[in-house]
Amino acid sequence: MRYFKYILVGIVFGFTLYKAEAVSWFRIFEMFHFQSFHMYGIIFSAVGLGIIGIQIIKRFHWKNLEGKELEIHDKNPTYTRYIVGGTIFGLGWALAGVCPGPMFVLMGSGYTVFIVFLASAMLGTFVYGLLRDRLPH
Amino acid sequence: MPDFLIRIQEILSQPWPWYVAGPMISLIVFTLLFLGKEFGISGNLRAMCAADGAGRFADFFNYDWQKEGWNLMIVLGAMFGGYIASHYFSGPDGNLAHVSQSTVESLQKLGVDNVAYQAVPLVPDFYSWESLFTARGLLIIVGGGFLIGFGARYAGGCTSGHAISGLSELQVPSLVAVIGFFIGGLIMTYVVFPLLF
Repeated sequence: MRYFKYILVGIVFGFTLYKAEAVSWFRIFEMFHFQSFHMYGIIFSAVGLGIIGIQIIKRFHWKNLEGKELEIHDKNPTYTRYIVGGTIFGLGWALAGVCPGPMFVLMGSGYTVFIVFLASAMLGTFVYGLLRDRLPH
Repeated sequence: MPDFLIRIQEILSQPWPWYVAGPMISLIVFTLLFLGKEFGISGNLRAMCAADGAGRFADFFNYDWQKEGWNLMIVLGAMFGGYIASHYFSGPDGNLAHVSQSTVESLQKLGVDNVAYQAVPLVPDFYSWESLFTARGLLIIVGGGFLIGFGARYAGGCTSGHAISGLSELQVPSLVAVIGFFIGGLIMTYVVFPLLF
């Protein structure tokens, strides 16, 4: 089953977010009050190792399973969408205390009301798709 | 169960510190890069819309979403991961959020009930079907979901795609998006929450 490995990666991801309490509304509340290093530690250490690892992969031209070298697709340097979209996302992140990953993790841990949350997030994505050509990017 | 398995369960059941969780997430990023994929969860919302026929209404959803099948498997796995962690690895204290004393004080000052130091539940009580019938609960669940779905696609990614993958690749637009996440988060925390709670 070619999809099995991705389910396995997802299980590790969900387990990690849950046990690190990154799925907790209270942890996000704490983060936005700058009252603990916990969430910053998770992000900084993940990014720090990520930066080092990606530099090593590029420097030594390591290939992935498909035999291809790592390609970094530079994102367009237009900043309106990142700052405006990011701010809208941040409002939702602090309000609900979850971002898209934890939304699925909590749904799986038994908070079935997140089905409504997911439906609403899909609606948000859908409305963005409808308005995309009219929004500044 | 053999003793060593019980021991492993005990170890995994402790709250995970940041210096375990961060490297684990990094490991996930590199596992996916090795498999030829880029870590990013919110793209699934676009794929789910496309799978439901949203392409009839907006061209944004006319793309080969079936190529995102692997990513849908990631979130399916994340659901299993949450189930396993909460049911079999909750530890002796149950599912708690070990937030700081000052956070508990901030919560109490705001008027969030049922919290005491070392006894803050992992999730708040407004994550329930009943709370959908209250104005606050409806705003948090339905409003929060909408903002996340809209904002993530507008910004071209969420915490995983920008704050983890994007920053790891040293992408400046991702840094701008993360600054946006914090502008929005701080406005919500300091301006809206005092009105909401």
